Amino acid sequence: MEHIISVTVENKFGVLSRVAGLFSGRGFNIESLSVAPTLDPSMSQMTIVTSGDERIIEQIVKQLNKLIDVIKVVDLNETEFVSRETAIIKVHTKDADRAEALRIVDIFRANVIDSTPSTYTIEVSGDPKKIEAIINLLQPLGIKDLVRTGRVAVAREPARPVAVQTKKVARD
Amino acid sequence: MKLTGAEIFIECLKREGVKTLFALPGGVVLKIFDTLHQQKDIEVILTRHEQGAGHMAEGYAKATGKAGVCLVTSGPGMTNVITALADAYMDSVPMVCFSGQVPTSLIGNDAFQEADNIGLSRPCTKYNFLVKDVNDLAATIKEAFYIATTGRPGPVLVDIPKDVSMAKAEFTYPNSVSIRGYNPTYEGNKWQIKQAAEAIMKAKKPILYVGGGVGFSGASQELLELAEMTQIPVDMTLMGLGVFPGEHPLSMGMLGMHGTYEANMAMHYSDLVIAIGARFDDRVTGKVSEFCPYAKVIHVDIDPTSIRKNINVDIPIVGDCKTVLRELNQILRATVNGEQKDLRKPWWDQIREWQQAHPLTYHQEQDGPIKPQQVVKRLYELTKDRDPIVSTDVGQHQMWAAQYFKLAKPNRWLTSGGLGTMGFGFPAAMGAQAAFRNRLVLCIAGDGSIQMNMQEMATAVVSKLPVKIIILNNGFHGMVRQWQDLFYEGRYASSDLGTTPDFVKLAEAYGAVGLRVKKVGDLDAVLKEAMETDKPVIVDVPTYPYENCYPMIPAGGCNHEMLLEDPPELKKKQVGSEKVTPEDKDTVLTA
Repeated sequence: MEHIISVTVENKFGVLSRVAGLFSGRGFNIESLSVAPTLDPSMSQMTIVTSGDERIIEQIVKQLNKLIDVIKVVDLNETEFVSRETAIIKVHTKDADRAEALRIVDIFRANVIDSTPSTYTIEVSGDPKKIEAIINLLQPLGIKDLVRTGRVAVAREPARPVAVQTKKVARD
Repeated sequence: MKLTGAEIFIECLKREGVKTLFALPGGVVLKIFDTLHQQKDIEVILTRHEQGAGHMAEGYAKATGKAGVCLVTSGPGMTNVITALADAYMDSVPMVCFSGQVPTSLIGNDAFQEADNIGLSRPCTKYNFLVKDVNDLAATIKEAFYIATTGRPGPVLVDIPKDVSMAKAEFTYPNSVSIRGYNPTYEGNKWQIKQAAEAIMKAKKPILYVGGGVGFSGASQELLELAEMTQIPVDMTLMGLGVFPGEHPLSMGMLGMHGTYEANMAMHYSDLVIAIGARFDDRVTGKVSEFCPYAKVIHVDIDPTSIRKNINVDIPIVGDCKTVLRELNQILRATVNGEQKDLRKPWWDQIREWQQAHPLTYHQEQDGPIKPQQVVKRLYELTKDRDPIVSTDVGQHQMWAAQYFKLAKPNRWLTSGGLGTMGFGFPAAMGAQAAFRNRLVLCIAGDGSIQMNMQEMATAVVSKLPVKIIILNNGFHGMVRQWQDLFYEGRYASSDLGTTPDFVKLAEAYGAVGLRVKKVGDLDAVLKEAMETDKPVIVDVPTYPYENCYPMIPAGGCNHEMLLEDPPELKKKQVGSEKVTPEDKDTVLTA
């Protein structure tokens, strides 16, 4: 089963290869991995999309935790989370196709971020199903180039009324 | 006052209490060696190969419980020490390895003797550092020792470029270390420990399965108390030998592929497995799907990744063995009563039955070829009063040593378990001897494996490390030959070593003492002579070449299905083999 694992790591050289080496050395699967610094520049946030049965995911989480440069590991599948992925798609567009491409962009709330007489470069962001859907629709026009960021994800905050929270704090 | 990187290195080692450094010089570490040469606090033992330096540091660490330290140069120095790092990583040996690196300005330029030390060592160290600035050196060394010796111990590499060892910085040594991503759990979860105690009280057929972690955590006393209080039999892993007294009536000896009959049967039929500081290696579990089919499992380990990695665990306890056992004992002390003894009487009757049915066995004829088991047994009996440290290489001789050398205390057993490194035993024994100059240190080796680090005999002679090597010389890679006999229809592909070299002359060529046992009757006298020599000694013992090590669970087999002797077709075949001399034939028939 697919899992999204959010990993907070030290922002220093070599950390990415420790994480990547852990996955390759132990035969774990990486579907996508994205990494960028957090608000605190001494840390980076990785979002790893992986898959495996319950025992493999447990091992992945434990092995990641064991790495000394790893500060925090959260298996987002254990909670509610939101995830997004961005794709940039370069499409051949001529004549009538240009209008069709713009219609598709409109439907998916995507943006055209570059344009030449024969191509549009389209930026779209959303969950993987949405990205797959727009790719499917654009494919008949002829996709020249496609890049995807891999997913980033964050846990949802529990939807609790503000008043209750304040009350609880006051009681404490 | 400002110090050079090399001086800072030595000051740090002194503050970590390092007395001995196993090292081999080279271009980029010359500044460090030059500085070492001008001080007297740290002894430098010059090895003949970097692998030897690494295994010596391991032997030192296993015998003392402190971190072993070695120093190697860049490039080939680093690649040579990799085997020792990988070995230490598998067996959780605390060790700090310092490697030289080309100057920072040349890193990545394919400079002379450059290697990516960090990349090479990453998968076989607990952690590694590249020091790019001399101002970070002291803090880095402090962190390296901290990481190597805390939590589940392991090897740490510190890579020091040449310019860093020459540059100067103000020296301050930090008092403490805090790493936000590294906080090992020592205290076990109290609720889980309580669950474990309840399970132990109720179990009718419990078994303790203990490993090297008990030794590293210094929990032998607590283990002894637990076992005696609850009257639970104790199975030891290869790495755990010595953490529980081998001669104790509760000891079942070693379990696993070549474990004793009772140890493996007790494991298989148990209703509660209490695993402490052991990691359910495939050499122990055999076929995972049929491992301990009737048992609940309690697993105590400081490394969470060891738990539920290979088998399902009912009561996991992450924590230090000593801390957890203390707490467990405290609960049990209040609850244990005479009832458990009655409850478990049928279990003990069964175990004693197993013990009597198939004890460890071999047949030594008075004037027949020398049986390897006989050598280990006599060596044990002749030396046990001197509380020796025993190292082994890897193979048949290692398993016989594990079966017949019944160690009484921890930190006496130096063997390569996880990685199975041939050539480990001799340098490891030297490392232990360097730590304890006046103790008796034995190395039980095979004629195949001893040749993998034979060059260190020069180190042993020059550095006066009087290790006693006993070579069980069967002219084969014995364990390979055993598998070929059992699973490859007796085709001895590249396992026949012939009779070279002459180990007696080889020892003498190095300036050590060489002795040979020509017949069984001479065994005791020659062993005694070796023990009384104050130089390094090789005792060459030509043994019966076709002896196989039993019991044996074939790889992937089930724990209660052990081979206990040569299968009939193999016995027949050995008789027909042209290599067997007429005297040998008799032995085979009666074996």
